[in-house]
Amino acid sequence: MSTVVTDIQPGAPPESSRVHYLNANYGIKSWLLTTDHKRIALLYLGSITLMFFVGGAFAVLMRLHLIEPRGALVEPDTYNKLFTLHGIIMVFFFLVPSIPATLGNFLVPMMIGARDLAFPRLNLLSWYIYIVGAIFTLYATISGGVDTGWTFYTPYSSGFSHTQVVPVALGVFITGFSSILTGLNFVVTIHKMRAPGLTWFRLPLFIWAIYATSIIFILGTPVIAITLFLLGLERLLHIGIFDPAIGGDPILFQHLFWFYSHPAVYIMILPGMGVMSELVTCFSRKKIFGYSFVGFSSMAIAVISFLVWGHHMFVSGQSIYAGLIFSVLSFLVAIPSAIKVFNWTATLYKGSVSYQAPMLYAMGFIGLFTMGGLTGLFLASLATDVHLNGTYFIVAHFHYIMVGGAVMAYLGGIHFWWPKITGRMYPDGWARFAALVIFVGFNLTFFPQFMLGYLGMPRRYAVYPAEFQVLNVMSSAGASILGVGYLIPLIYLVWSMRYGPVAGPNPWRAKGLEWETPSPPPTENFDEIPVVTEEAYDYANPNPGAARG
Amino acid sequence: MADAAVHNAHPPGFAHQFEDMEQQHEAGNLGMWVFLVTEIMFFGGLFACYAVYRALHLQAFETGSRLLDVRFGAANTAVLIASSLTMALAIHSAQTGKRKSVVMFYLILTMILGAAFLGIKFTFEWRHDFVEHLVPGFGFEVRPEWGAIAQQVPMFFCFYFFMTGLHALHMIIGIGILTVLTIMASRGRFNEQYYAPLEVTGLYWHFVDIVWIFLFPLLYLIGGHYAMRGGH
Repeated sequence: MSTVVTDIQPGAPPESSRVHYLNANYGIKSWLLTTDHKRIALLYLGSITLMFFVGGAFAVLMRLHLIEPRGALVEPDTYNKLFTLHGIIMVFFFLVPSIPATLGNFLVPMMIGARDLAFPRLNLLSWYIYIVGAIFTLYATISGGVDTGWTFYTPYSSGFSHTQVVPVALGVFITGFSSILTGLNFVVTIHKMRAPGLTWFRLPLFIWAIYATSIIFILGTPVIAITLFLLGLERLLHIGIFDPAIGGDPILFQHLFWFYSHPAVYIMILPGMGVMSELVTCFSRKKIFGYSFVGFSSMAIAVISFLVWGHHMFVSGQSIYAGLIFSVLSFLVAIPSAIKVFNWTATLYKGSVSYQAPMLYAMGFIGLFTMGGLTGLFLASLATDVHLNGTYFIVAHFHYIMVGGAVMAYLGGIHFWWPKITGRMYPDGWARFAALVIFVGFNLTFFPQFMLGYLGMPRRYAVYPAEFQVLNVMSSAGASILGVGYLIPLIYLVWSMRYGPVAGPNPWRAKGLEWETPSPPPTENFDEIPVVTEEAYDYANPNPGAARG
Repeated sequence: MADAAVHNAHPPGFAHQFEDMEQQHEAGNLGMWVFLVTEIMFFGGLFACYAVYRALHLQAFETGSRLLDVRFGAANTAVLIASSLTMALAIHSAQTGKRKSVVMFYLILTMILGAAFLGIKFTFEWRHDFVEHLVPGFGFEVRPEWGAIAQQVPMFFCFYFFMTGLHALHMIIGIGILTVLTIMASRGRFNEQYYAPLEVTGLYWHFVDIVWIFLFPLLYLIGGHYAMRGGH
């Protein structure tokens, strides 16, 4: 078994000759057939980055189009395809796998002191499943696109749309199994493979967040899978399930769709919250304020998130009493999120705060997520939702959560663990600059959309009245800044892999098992399995090796 | 004692990421249980749709149910329960260190029963349904006596074919896994210490049986053959 690790003496050989997971073997085959969770994380990182820029390109085209009230660029039909593909690719092929499949894959075994995930081959399989799903979706994109909106609402999607609904739905269906298997792997690994002494309440909060996310993967994803399966059958065989013309119920489709897709919002944001707890503690050199509250709030979010889907359907013909209950439950799910925000800010209080690039992203997250969360309460209230539903207010709200929250945390996490993943540092000045550009560009893009929505501009329209032009041009200008902001890290991170200064095992002087092994880590992560004797984030204890038994 | 033996020599089937055989065994079992949870949610979505539409179109669902031949379903229920028994016996005989031929015997018997289930389903029952023009999308014929509910009867058959089809797909996958296990058993891979693949497959096989235990009454029995409401 441990052929690679046994001939390394910890710290003894010079950096250049040390064998680690990146240079243990070479060649395309050693990557495509790897079962090493760290290499699989990098495979995911490459694929989701590609999908992110594909999805981003659609957004750029949309924003260009909306510079003029009559539309500047494309036909209305094409516009419908642009927003649909942007949504589908960003949600199912970037946001859902983003942090779990890259940082989660890389970090879960390292943070809990294990050699790998419980089922390494299953882990590789889930990457291949993701790729197959992505190929179906990209094929559909090239061969004519799809125009149903990312929500696939019936009966339009099953009976009327003349676009590639089936290949895209199949792509999303297939990719779902990748999420399911990843979640399964994480749950088993976290339950069964923690290092000696690493009790549940000594776990890093990132692990709690990933665990909660995995539960949503496991319980939610199968339901969207069966729903899209039924949709595909209805479309292909012309048999009625959701078609009201033959007794079907399109509202049932919406129920099933949102039963997954609302919890999926928390699939996107929970891992980001986990990253946040790591960043905030490290860069304020303090233990997290209220560890158990932060940990349990992740679990509370996972549970309550399954009970709020009806708030997407207040105006869909759902019973008013159901609406009332869903409204109350939606307010409840805001509480654990608020607990987290308060605990992060309380952690900063009297901490020794420094503003390296990952921390700038974390600060951005707190501000943007708070705005996204509070505007969510507008939409959870029945009366205001009637006014705001289907407008740009919704678009702005969920972009504040998913881009302002999830993507900021993702980038913060990538910057934080980059020296661990690659063994190299990136240029910190550029990284801080990019964080700032992204923050400014993001707000300029999406804040005007709150105003547009409140003034009544509906989403998903290719044209708009002339009085909305100023705000739309502001939004488009912001989008171009945001696009540049995303390209800068792509360039310097790739540059740093070869030319960046060597990072050393723990450049941030951070706590956690992943920092106690060399960077990049050896194939089996640890020369010997560590024994944990202290709680997470014990920054008051200056001895970095104290966690070692 | 068994533990010490495990540490000294890596037994067959031991994966490097685990500390010991016991951890690997527990992880495998938990993994399968978690997988079954996802399966419950997968079938659960279908069952939920079935429940909603049954409530909306009760008369049509009862009419459809009466057109199924309960004898096929009942025979298959018996076959499937018997296969669960042989599966459990296969695990038990590996666990208690029986000869490999005994393990193989029970595994092959399980496969035969599984194949018998599929044989009855596809070659007799679905063929019967096809001849009777009950397959939506493939020559389905609305019968005049259905009257006002004629539009909704096909929906019952949609669910009938989706649910039993998805179940049959799980059976086929199960038989595939059993084939691999039989080959492993023939090479003497299983003993008292290492029988985890059998146990995990057993969990899956029993789960697929239990799904049928719910499908059979839902599709064939309730409101169909025994509660004679509506009709002409």
